Amino acid sequence: MDSALIRELKTLVGPANVLSQKEDLLLYEFDGSVEKGRPEVVVFPHTTEDVSRIVKLAAKYQVPVVGRGAGTGLSGGALARGGGVMIVFARMNRILELDLENLRAVVQPGVVNLDITRAVEHAGLYFAPDPSSQKSCTVGGNVAENSGGPHTLAYGLTTNHVAALELVLPDGEIVRIGSRHGDASGYDLCGLFVGSEGTLALVTEITVKLSRKAEAVKTLLAIFDAVGDASRTVVEMTARGITPAACEMLDGWTLRAVEDYIHAGFPRDSAAVLLIEVEGLREAAVSQAAAIAEICNSNHAREVRTARDERERDLLWKGRRNAFGALGRLAPSNYVLDGVIPRSKLPEALEQIHAIGEKHGFQIGNIFHAGDGNLHPIVLYDPRDTEQFKRAIAAAEEIIRMCISLGGSLTGEHGVGMEKNELMPLLFSDADFDLMRRIHDAFNPDSSLNPGKIFPLSKGCGEIRVRKSGEAAGTRS
Amino acid sequence: MSSVANLATRLEKLIGNDRVRASEAALRDFAIAGRAPMAVLQPCSAEEVAEIVSFAAAEKLAVVACGSRSKLELGMPPQRFDLALDLTGLRQIAHYDPGDLTVSVDAGMPLNELAKALAAKNQFLPLAVPCCATSTVGGAIASGLDSTLRQQYGTPRDFLIGSEFVDGTGKQCKSGGRVVKNVTGYDLHKLLIGSLGTLAVIARLNFRTFPLPDLRGAHLAGFPTLEAALNFHASLLKSGLPFSNTEVFNSDFCALLAGFLNKEGAGVPESLAGCGWQVFVTFEGNAAVMERIERELRECSAHAQATQCQTINMQNSLQLSEALREAFDWLRRAAPSVALLRIVLPRFTPGDAAELLHASQQSPLRSAFALRACGVAYLAALADGEDAQTNAALERGVSGLFSRVEAKQGSATLLHAPVWLKDRINVWGAKRGDFPLMQRVKRAFDPHNIFAPGRFVGGI
Repeated sequence: MDSALIRELKTLVGPANVLSQKEDLLLYEFDGSVEKGRPEVVVFPHTTEDVSRIVKLAAKYQVPVVGRGAGTGLSGGALARGGGVMIVFARMNRILELDLENLRAVVQPGVVNLDITRAVEHAGLYFAPDPSSQKSCTVGGNVAENSGGPHTLAYGLTTNHVAALELVLPDGEIVRIGSRHGDASGYDLCGLFVGSEGTLALVTEITVKLSRKAEAVKTLLAIFDAVGDASRTVVEMTARGITPAACEMLDGWTLRAVEDYIHAGFPRDSAAVLLIEVEGLREAAVSQAAAIAEICNSNHAREVRTARDERERDLLWKGRRNAFGALGRLAPSNYVLDGVIPRSKLPEALEQIHAIGEKHGFQIGNIFHAGDGNLHPIVLYDPRDTEQFKRAIAAAEEIIRMCISLGGSLTGEHGVGMEKNELMPLLFSDADFDLMRRIHDAFNPDSSLNPGKIFPLSKGCGEIRVRKSGEAAGTRS
Repeated sequence: MSSVANLATRLEKLIGNDRVRASEAALRDFAIAGRAPMAVLQPCSAEEVAEIVSFAAAEKLAVVACGSRSKLELGMPPQRFDLALDLTGLRQIAHYDPGDLTVSVDAGMPLNELAKALAAKNQFLPLAVPCCATSTVGGAIASGLDSTLRQQYGTPRDFLIGSEFVDGTGKQCKSGGRVVKNVTGYDLHKLLIGSLGTLAVIARLNFRTFPLPDLRGAHLAGFPTLEAALNFHASLLKSGLPFSNTEVFNSDFCALLAGFLNKEGAGVPESLAGCGWQVFVTFEGNAAVMERIERELRECSAHAQATQCQTINMQNSLQLSEALREAFDWLRRAAPSVALLRIVLPRFTPGDAAELLHASQQSPLRSAFALRACGVAYLAALADGEDAQTNAALERGVSGLFSRVEAKQGSATLLHAPVWLKDRINVWGAKRGDFPLMQRVKRAFDPHNIFAPGRFVGGI
């Protein structure tokens, strides 16, 4: 990296907001995925204008730029695949405005997801997207990845809760899109930019929609002696048109690991549990909970428990949210997959995952958003064992291919990033890539923003090369 | 052979002579603001659409995609219009998985046929949009008109999960998929919603479907003043009760609504006949939920000193909801000359609403006003004549509305107006700061600018 760029960055935002020593950069080489990519310099802007100036400076030195929130992403979206400048939004973490009357909050991208809810819960409001990492992940990262969470089932992904955005384009231009209140005339640009994984623009301000807390919440724990019974319960619930606020499944192997760590009350001898939450008016929640219990029982649930109070409810959710951490106790590393299938195919998919695990010599755990068919198989492996790592990757790819073959998709909430970009041709044709590439180039013509993400690098037609530091623009082949 | 005849012959080679029409009558049927195309084509597959678009791109011919043509007047008339693409030949349900609550349907499928297929499985699509009896699914999405159920179910961006379409180079593309949760690739299908066919020709749409509710009901409360009605409306939104739709109407709107219900042979709620302002609320759920909402609405109405209030039974509620769904259609026909605006303001205070009404009521105009909970108001300036003085009043009224909405940092769109007025007023209002980004999107989708050129925002 050109030391002149580092000097200019320090002048621009102050030396305390620039990291360029190898030992400092090491932390930013990783995120929650199995991928790696080390930036050459990390910068912490405080304002939108800072971001704009940094981007202009990077353009001057022909260095790629990648945005990063808390680095909790699971697809390598916030890794500097092409080196260059990493803009970390951790210090743009202010809630700029709360408009409770109109159910809006204006926040900087580095605000932690849960902090929005904490700021508005006194008024009976909350921010609906609730990734498992919501205590640490940032809203900017949620916007980039279009993050979900357990309650996506009823309330949708991040895109459904974003009203307007302020963007910095790769040339440093600052633009506002969307409309704080109601609809903006014209194309739904927010719909395009949310989930574009930082490949079109950097997001510097977000106007989110707040939701009203439901009057009544009922949390059920359905315990099964067979995984098939649990998955058939989900299929029947969906087919009968019952949409709970959340419907999560933990298989026996996973719940035992969780129970040993969290003591959430999951029975260690069961084959699977469903954690189901219903919300709404008291009258609706009661009848929906009763209907769900009936379906669970008709599918041979050993027991259906209802959380008696807020403490029990929190404990059950603590078990679910910290499950990935619990699994960390069992192996040096774990690979959390993210695939989607039609919900009607759930029993078949779980059987196939088991078979794929056996074939590759892994016990694959399942803890996932069953209600919307969003699978999260977990492969435990030792990254120091190269052969084992290769097998883990092979098993993962086979599972994702299985999801596609069942009519599903590559990713439900983690994004494509650099984890699945080479798998994109499983879903998209050359014509699809060609159009996506034209959209990409309309905003990021030199691939200076987050290069090497989403698009397959190995595919001729849609190829977008990973632009590395110092490379001239226009490196597309 | 004339160039038009020659064109028709070449097109016939693409899709067969029985699906290319160039008779004067056929062309007249597809005219927009008096401008007729050179040919009307009815492809029967996405592949045929792609062939036609490739041809049009090579020949630089402007293409307007149509369904039932019920909303072709939306936006500005296209600057060029060579080929009308009649998509009613694409009308299959491609895939329906009731167990997964997802459906994939061709763009030319009539909405009501899709509704019947879904109802057979006790499901529905919450796309309660105008011209429902004739509209195609593709037209409903491309036109982007509001659904009366959006308060509860959201807009199509909340339940459209994927699409297949033909871009401006004639290539068949897709976005999204058939699963309810998916973040793979750019969400290009969201851009198609409300794009008026200026980005691509939609061939197929994938939706999340919803279970039909057990019961539906409605409540109507009357108030002597706009302020009282809006205060009541605001209190309902804060109540936490799950309403499907809440609207506030003025007396002219009520009179037109009653007239439409009468014409349809539907029951007219007594309170609609009263003067003043009405607040209309719909809701759904099981019997216990309905009983509670009805009771609380009666209590709230009494507390707000409503001059009258009425609980409306399920059958009448459905009829009234359908009538409101069709408001765009009957409002535009409600007088010899009508300018219908869709207005979004950061906040609809009583003062704002009164000011807009005042601006639209240039003598001798009347105005019908309806405000929905999602912050969108519909305001129709109704002129009973088409003489120069009345036309001048209509133009003054509409211009005044645009400038007042802009001053309040809102946005307005002229959904319907006489052609002469569209020639004088930009129906989309002032350009927004993000307009250059929209131009980039347009160029990426349609590099030859062949899709309904000039119809969309800012002349896109």
